[in-house]
Amino acid sequence: MNERVVRILSEAFPQLIEKFVTVTIPLTAMSFALALVIAVIVAMIQYAHVKVLTPICRIYIWIIRCTPLLVQLYLVFYGLPSLGILLDAYPTAVLVFGINEGAYMAESMRGALEAVPAGQLEAGYCVSMSYLSTMWHVILPQAFRTAFPALSNSLISMVKGTSLASVITVTEMFRQAIVINGRYYESLALYSEVAVVYLAFCSILTLIQRWGEKKLGAYGGTR
Amino acid sequence: MLEVKGVCKTFDKTTEVLKGIDLKINKGDVTAILGPSGSGKTTLLRCINFLEHADAGTMIFDGQTYDMHSISRGDIAKIRRKTAFVFQNYNLFLNKTVLQNVTLGLISGRKMPKGEAEDAAVRALTRVGMADKLSSYPQQLSGGQQQRVAIARGLAANPEIIYFDEPTSALDPELIGEVLNVMRRLADEGMTMLVVTHEMEFARNVSSQVLFMDRGSVIEAAPSREFFSNPKEERTRSFIRSILTKGGTEHAEN
Repeated sequence: MNERVVRILSEAFPQLIEKFVTVTIPLTAMSFALALVIAVIVAMIQYAHVKVLTPICRIYIWIIRCTPLLVQLYLVFYGLPSLGILLDAYPTAVLVFGINEGAYMAESMRGALEAVPAGQLEAGYCVSMSYLSTMWHVILPQAFRTAFPALSNSLISMVKGTSLASVITVTEMFRQAIVINGRYYESLALYSEVAVVYLAFCSILTLIQRWGEKKLGAYGGTR
Repeated sequence: MLEVKGVCKTFDKTTEVLKGIDLKINKGDVTAILGPSGSGKTTLLRCINFLEHADAGTMIFDGQTYDMHSISRGDIAKIRRKTAFVFQNYNLFLNKTVLQNVTLGLISGRKMPKGEAEDAAVRALTRVGMADKLSSYPQQLSGGQQQRVAIARGLAANPEIIYFDEPTSALDPELIGEVLNVMRRLADEGMTMLVVTHEMEFARNVSSQVLFMDRGSVIEAAPSREFFSNPKEERTRSFIRSILTKGGTEHAEN
């Protein structure tokens, strides 16, 4: 590697990290929080077979999972303005990422809810607990434990997925790399550098997931 | 204190599981419901606690009359506050400790202050001999211990009656005794109990009356001594005979 590349990379590094910390991570955090809220609500509606809302949830999951994320981003950012709906790039990204991943996570949560033995809910009724109270104290905590690996998957996938926000003008880390590359034309080196940052961060998340699974492990133990 | 009349239940519109069951329980009675598997015993018990929705039937509980088919959620909640239910598979809350299993219903169901609930829980757990396992999780306990905690969970709220749905059927044979002992002690203390069981010894020695069911109907209802010494119905006689030839007790089945 020649000196020029080394200098470009070391100059680019703090700029990439800055965008990663100030844009990529908050974007991921907000999108994931939104996705989680959507997932829990959509999963609970289906679990309880709520009339009217259950088919609506199925349609939501169907449409979101069967259209590309990139197309959804374009639709909302470039398409909706012609209906008079104008959103800034950043909120658009949060909304689209949240709604998109929410559909996948809703399915993970639904599966986890249905895996909780039916007797748990009946036991709640028999000690005078309400449906919602039993859900909150008993069913959801158990379901979260079951869904934890799948939800971690979604989080890791979302960290990398935020790079798509670059196409709707959000200057997150990847777009920053494109901008820098426009100056130096060192695609291989710069995009490798970006890849390494994603790799490093997602590796940390992977370790946290493993630690979390151990911590959550069969009830009993240290909790 | 509890009476049901004409309880009917049909599953899937074709399978008639209960064909008009009558049952009367006075305070302090220990009633055993016996019968071959598939006779509707468990379904009856679940209908009485509204875990299944009866198609027809009348319930008189504490002097109040309810239509079991059209009963409101509020009335169900009101009746459940005076009852406890012990499941065949214990159904302890798997994500809660032994202590939390007992306090959760008191705190979040009955709005009891936490300290008071914990006192009541420890008292109930002491009665079943599980007060030394307060911070264990259900999966760390044997089946017999789990079932005793489940009984304590019911006891803690001072129910007027406890329903038992085959409480020993899921247990290894060597663990059955500890659960039956707890139940026997409750009976001695005057607790009103309705017990679906396959334990002939329990039905014969502990219960005060026996209800024998077969194919969705009550075949014979009698004080337990009379039931075992002088069964009136031929089907009852052949049932008792078949049980005795199997060696006294019979477990398993649903």
